[in-house]
Amino acid sequence: MSHTALTQAEKNRRRRKRKQALVAYSFIAPNFIGFAIFTLGPIILAFVIAFMEWDGNNPMKFVGFSNFITIFSEDRFVSSLKNTLVYSLFTVPITLALALGLAILLNQKIRGRNFLRTVTFFPYVASLVAVTAVWNMLFTPAKGGIVNQFMINVLHMAPSKWAAAPKTVMLTIIMFSVWKNMGYYMVIYLAGLQGISEDLYEAASLDGANALQRFRYVTIPQLRPTTFFVSIILTINCFKVYDIVYMLAGGSNGVINKSAIVLVYYIYEEAFRNWKLGQASASAIILFAIVLVITLIQFGGEKNYAND
Amino acid sequence: MKSKTANRRLGMAVVYILLALLAFIMLIPFVWMLSASLKYNKDIFVIPFKWLPADPQFRNYVDIWTKIPLARFTMNTVKLTVIVTFLQLFTSSFAAYAFSKLQFRGRNVLFLAYVATIAVPWQVYMVPQFMFMRSLGLADTHLAIIILQAFSAFGVFLMRQFYEGIPDSLCEAARIDGMSEYQIYAKIMLPLSKPALSTLIIFTFVNTWNDFLGPLIYLTSESKKTLQIGLKMFISQYSAEYGLIMAASVLSLIPVLTVFLLLQKYFVAGITTGAVKG
Repeated sequence: MSHTALTQAEKNRRRRKRKQALVAYSFIAPNFIGFAIFTLGPIILAFVIAFMEWDGNNPMKFVGFSNFITIFSEDRFVSSLKNTLVYSLFTVPITLALALGLAILLNQKIRGRNFLRTVTFFPYVASLVAVTAVWNMLFTPAKGGIVNQFMINVLHMAPSKWAAAPKTVMLTIIMFSVWKNMGYYMVIYLAGLQGISEDLYEAASLDGANALQRFRYVTIPQLRPTTFFVSIILTINCFKVYDIVYMLAGGSNGVINKSAIVLVYYIYEEAFRNWKLGQASASAIILFAIVLVITLIQFGGEKNYAND
Repeated sequence: MKSKTANRRLGMAVVYILLALLAFIMLIPFVWMLSASLKYNKDIFVIPFKWLPADPQFRNYVDIWTKIPLARFTMNTVKLTVIVTFLQLFTSSFAAYAFSKLQFRGRNVLFLAYVATIAVPWQVYMVPQFMFMRSLGLADTHLAIIILQAFSAFGVFLMRQFYEGIPDSLCEAARIDGMSEYQIYAKIMLPLSKPALSTLIIFTFVNTWNDFLGPLIYLTSESKKTLQIGLKMFISQYSAEYGLIMAASVLSLIPVLTVFLLLQKYFVAGITTGAVKG
């Protein structure tokens, strides 16, 4: 008697569990179906195509590593790799430092704080085509441009050709990128700052720490998780750079020359202008590998710190 | 004591100077844009620079609609942005509920798949994705852009992180009261997750509205193009029509800035969930 009752209870439990799983799958399905078909699938495909020769129409042909060998012997690919590295190497630390500085500044109790927070975030939400159009006019290579006028009359420097000259094109792109994106990272830092307990600062003050010491020994360590998060997102975003370069340095036909070409533009060009899909995917895999390695290094550093 | 207050005053003065400089650098391109949009082309680069032209050319804002099919571009962009934002919000918050509040087999593996793809830039798989969409006959359709943007892993991740902060006991109590999971989602979770939803709206809206590479690859016929592509096309064709370019730019900024200003009070709270607990 008690035996059958037990199995009955067990059966009910299992039925309930199965029902809950079905409900759970119904919650996930709408997103997961789209995600699996249009994101997971293509990601796997990218790894396959990187080892194929394919023009998009004729059947694929397996060619082993030859796509990788080809791209590394191509001038435009090597330049794009170099430019992307230079861009990231400067943009990441400058953006990080300014975002932190701004967050600290705008975390003070000062007048107009909310207005300034909003204003700093404006460039991030503003559409790229519109703001790059303005930048191209402000930083016009002509002497009459407002920035060149400032250079001549206030700083007493020679006017610059900005995005129009190979020497200054990356500088212009980096300045623009910092201006456009620092507001976003500032908001993340603001959130991090607001999570630091006031007690820590009070304790440090009681121990006789001055403002600089409080910053060094309280703020910086407490912001460690935020900095970790920001630096990863920022680095990944830097390696994805494309549209900024396209708008600021692309010619009227949209072609970017050697001094400013970046990885994603190279992928775009190989795929949709030259229809060398194998080489495009091989460069995409290189992009992925770089992002992965950097992320792993950052994770490793974070873990070491946490273990100390 | 006296020198301390003097120091403090000096410090505050430095802070305010820095802030003024910040506001100036952040705002000057926008102010310049507005100012140039009201000028004749020949007056834009005249020195000394006039912030407010003597006779503002509001004509630029009228002419731009006939120079390019701006109304069509705007309609296309509004349509895409609204559909994508709605789909993204619905499917992400729906899936995130299961990942956070329900038990089922394969939960961790599936969630890991989502998290792992956040680290894979779209640019890595845009080529095979395009070839796949083309084979489905979706090249040069708005549907392709919608599919491209609507199922992001980021949305699921953000919503799930936020739900993790809502106590399970709330759901348990509702279950005992006889509510179904769907009711708990709709009546308890959604109203509680306004900050996360607002953040997701801002991100999705801004990303879709401003997206350039996606429409550039997919949309080839002019009648289907979006505002960003159309604007860029106009800039390449009429690069000397500064006044018109600036007027069009101002117009293209208004919707995103409006959405941002309306939702920004929830924004910092929403971003925090993604960042700090991540």
